[in-house]
Amino acid sequence: MMRADLELIHRWVPEGAHILDLACGDGTLLAALARDKGVTGYGLEIDPEGITACLARGVSVIEQNLDEGLVNFEDDTYDLVIMTQALQALRRPDRMLDEMLRVADECIITFPNFAYWRHRVHLGIRGYMPVSKSLPYAWYDTPNIHLSTFNDFEHLCRQKGLEIIDRAVGIGEQEGHWATRLWPNLFGEIAIFRVARQRR
Amino acid sequence: MPEFPDDSVGLVTPQTAHFDDPLPLACGRTLPAYDLIYETYGTLNAERSNAVLICHALSGHHHAAGYHGHDERKPGWWDAHIGPGKSIDTNRFFVISLNNLGGCHGSTGPTSANPASGRMWGPDFPMVTVSDWVHSQARLADRLGIERFAAVIGGSLGGMQVLQWTLTYPERVANAVVIAATPKLSAQNIAFNEVARQAIRSDPDFHEGWYVEHGTAPRRGLKLARMVGHITYLSEDAMGSKFGRDLRSADLNFGYDVEFQVESYLRYQGDTFSSAFDANTYLLMTKALDYFDPAADHGGVLAEAVTPCQCPFLVVSFTSDWRFPPSRSRELANALIRAGKPVSYVNIDSPHGHDAFLLPEPRYQAVFSAFMSRAASELGLEVQA
Repeated sequence: MMRADLELIHRWVPEGAHILDLACGDGTLLAALARDKGVTGYGLEIDPEGITACLARGVSVIEQNLDEGLVNFEDDTYDLVIMTQALQALRRPDRMLDEMLRVADECIITFPNFAYWRHRVHLGIRGYMPVSKSLPYAWYDTPNIHLSTFNDFEHLCRQKGLEIIDRAVGIGEQEGHWATRLWPNLFGEIAIFRVARQRR
Repeated sequence: MPEFPDDSVGLVTPQTAHFDDPLPLACGRTLPAYDLIYETYGTLNAERSNAVLICHALSGHHHAAGYHGHDERKPGWWDAHIGPGKSIDTNRFFVISLNNLGGCHGSTGPTSANPASGRMWGPDFPMVTVSDWVHSQARLADRLGIERFAAVIGGSLGGMQVLQWTLTYPERVANAVVIAATPKLSAQNIAFNEVARQAIRSDPDFHEGWYVEHGTAPRRGLKLARMVGHITYLSEDAMGSKFGRDLRSADLNFGYDVEFQVESYLRYQGDTFSSAFDANTYLLMTKALDYFDPAADHGGVLAEAVTPCQCPFLVVSFTSDWRFPPSRSRELANALIRAGKPVSYVNIDSPHGHDAFLLPEPRYQAVFSAFMSRAASELGLEVQA
């Protein structure tokens, strides 16, 4: 059983695509995509345990810090770049978005929605930094240095002139339930965006 | 009689394969006939699909694991990684480790007899390249009935042989492991090699390479060469923590005898090496290092040179290695990425410099084992009884 956001991405990735998975963790998604859809490509990761797990699965994994960019990947050489739950931990999420859309014309990004209602309750009513399933850290030891909301990201995409092909949010209590209709900025715990360079 | 450790391949006996079919070499000369000495660990399966080839580094040889006798103090040079349950698990793999041509441990080299002259080859032994070694290794594989290796593995100069294997015989390599290596030497690397060569060649006992006929050997030159080399194998931190500024005696003696522990260590390393290694072999091996550059025939574009590669690669570097630093391994990994080849790259945190590839280190072992077990299961290799 894959993490809910990975399930959805699995559905979105076309057969035989050549992809990059940034912060690929233990390689679950890449392994499943290779097995089910003949997808090829590389995972990038810095966590030693994640890397070892990738190797054990036969996932091609490159030890690389995403804050250093994707300089070793050429322009337009991938069909798709995926980054799940890492955007908020990057030094410059906006530049990474540029990098992703330099090597591929489409990317899929997931991140915790800071405007999720439970997070709002934590901060707005109780007056504490939110701690939840999607944001499990305390304020002082969190790797999540650039938290944003569903609306924030949509705004960034508009600013950059990017095309949002698809978006969805994961609803906290019901894993695997994805909705875009009703107030995603309030009810979505995990935001998923499928973004492309503006078609010319 | 003392027992060997449980995770050791135990007692091993080297074997020699003789070849009569002449081997054409990159330098234009041909080796008319030659011997290759090798060892094997584990059992070759009925399908002959579980063979692993180990390629050695500059001063390495065929004795990679186990013991030659009960009185042998130390096991083979890569015993930390070859054995039952180790990264290269001899319960699953059949491991072959040989001494390369030009070596001085039993394979044909400068200390062997030249059939044409009846004299020792000495400095007349032809220059051999990484490609030549790979061709000779392929002939050994033919002799042993191995069509395709489950993996070809090597560190440092050994890693360059692995890369060459995937270029020359891509269909014969199922997996490649390139550790602490580089796709070509830098100017600084060549400079260090040249200092080593000049140390040997300027020794009055060198006699243009005919030292054996003069009943001597350029020991001082070889010792210096090894001392310089040894500095490049360790990291500054490793040397610092091992020796610091420690003195051998309580007081300074204001002379040129050994005073600092690091001097004593280097002299010891140099002495041990120079009494056991052949100077002509050392010269040859450093040239093989200098010449290696598979991208040269492709306008210097490594990503084009690696087009023939077919198998998954594991490329490993060590953070404190300044001989072949992580950036050199990344260069190889990035070329493979650019060519769209399956490659994994791992940079192991280690204070031990270039020598780290020889040592056991938990993350190194975890990564190496994970890649090898995946290789074994993909090839359907089972644990042998």
